[in-house]
Amino acid sequence: MKKINYPFKREEIRDLRVGDMVLISGKMYTGRDAVHKRLHEGTKPPIDLNEQIIYHCGPVVLKDKKGKYEVKAAGPTTSIREEPYQWEVMRDYGIVGVIGKGGMGPKTLEGCQKYGCVYFHAIGGAAQVLAEKIKSVDNVYWEDLGSPEAIWELTVEDFPVVVTMDSHGGSLHAKVQESSENIFKENL
Amino acid sequence: MAKKKKATKKKVAKKKVTKKKVAKTTKKKATKKKATKKKATKKKDGLFDSLLELIRQTSTVLPDDIQKVVLEALHREEKNTTAEYAMNIIKANIELAEKKSQPICQDTGTILFYVNHPEGFKQNEFTKVVHKAVKKATALGYLRQNSVDSLTGKNECMNVGPGHPDIHFHEHKKKHIEVKLMLKGGGCENVGAQYKLPDVGLDAGRDLDGVRKVILDAVVKAQGKGCGPGVLGVAIGGDRGAGYVKSKEMLLRKLDDTNSHPDLKKLEENIVETSNKFGIGPMGFGGKTTLLGCKVGVLNRLPASFFVSISYMCWAYRRQGITLGNNNIIKKWLY
Repeated sequence: MKKINYPFKREEIRDLRVGDMVLISGKMYTGRDAVHKRLHEGTKPPIDLNEQIIYHCGPVVLKDKKGKYEVKAAGPTTSIREEPYQWEVMRDYGIVGVIGKGGMGPKTLEGCQKYGCVYFHAIGGAAQVLAEKIKSVDNVYWEDLGSPEAIWELTVEDFPVVVTMDSHGGSLHAKVQESSENIFKENL
Repeated sequence: MAKKKKATKKKVAKKKVTKKKVAKTTKKKATKKKATKKKATKKKDGLFDSLLELIRQTSTVLPDDIQKVVLEALHREEKNTTAEYAMNIIKANIELAEKKSQPICQDTGTILFYVNHPEGFKQNEFTKVVHKAVKKATALGYLRQNSVDSLTGKNECMNVGPGHPDIHFHEHKKKHIEVKLMLKGGGCENVGAQYKLPDVGLDAGRDLDGVRKVILDAVVKAQGKGCGPGVLGVAIGGDRGAGYVKSKEMLLRKLDDTNSHPDLKKLEENIVETSNKFGIGPMGFGGKTTLLGCKVGVLNRLPASFFVSISYMCWAYRRQGITLGNNNIIKKWLY
């Protein structure tokens, strides 16, 4: 089990390899479909994303009686929908990590190599285990996109993920896809 | 885990009993309020509370038949692999969601109600109470704000809007009302697929072997994107709409049931067995369990059409059901 702590450094991200189980501590920002669309259309992000991690997640967030936000459930959403945009966010804003589920395609993998970023796979559906790792909700941006689509600034501790795409061209998803397709063909 | 679930349900039942006791004592003490209280207790319709409890239970507790296969899948994976790691987190998540009474998955999905009711049942009135319960469940965080206006992108209707929730009514010959609920997340819904036979690319003809080929193709295409290991609901035949509806209804079957049609039973077993050879594994990490089950149903078709509709359900297979007794109070849990 590896650990990475905030502030994240691009050099340590370059050290990660496919198959590494990693515990992340520190800051991360949620961002999913509407955020990526807005960034792609040219709107600047409301925070500095350099050496930050984006989490593909639309959490269940409630406000308590004192007006404080509380995350009730926060697992990853399917990442492949951001395939057209993710590499641009790496190029333009310098993110070093993307957390999501289901993996991403060749554009993202190329972006990871070129700009120094990795894809962390969180366990899909594990909304409670992951919500427990969120220690605080520090801010929210672009709330006009609706609660699940807004950018939530979170502080996490020992957030469990697996590296499935690294910054050296390695992709577990490409590998599993290829081998499973071969076995499928044998069974046709 | 199974024991815990029963305990939670009992606790709820107990709560209701306690409430009644309190009412009794108050009645004795305050004679003035007696008449009104009595009236209120007598006429109190439990439908709203029952539906809210059904939603809470569905969103936060995985039914026994599903927990059982998830645990079996965990034990099948090799030690110290990412597949085992994923299954262990899934197990911990199921336990934690139940303990905290919070959503198993943050995507609380399309809200699908299946209502079997006797003759003379008032569907519109029932629908109104369903809407009220859904809004309350959203305010309480059992459901996420999950219903987006497709034109404006706004997501603030508390899950009640065109097409949401999706309620399917069916009249049956029994005297009681039965309400089933399924919460189906978007990730798994997105990897559903519909094929029409013949399919030249897959060399799939208009027979059960052709059906088998296209189902397996859907499994390979889904990879880990639908939060595997998953369960397939499949409908052979129907038009495009009816096929997808039927494929989801197949997911109401218990995981350990047996298809009464011998050929379909064989097909279901074959799909699970073959898919688990693919090595896609939990979350698509590679591993031994790709599918936890497959349920196939049949509809008639037109001579010109041969559809195979496939709905993929993630491991966070949230479905529950109740039968309603007097005053629409929950009488029995169905899963």
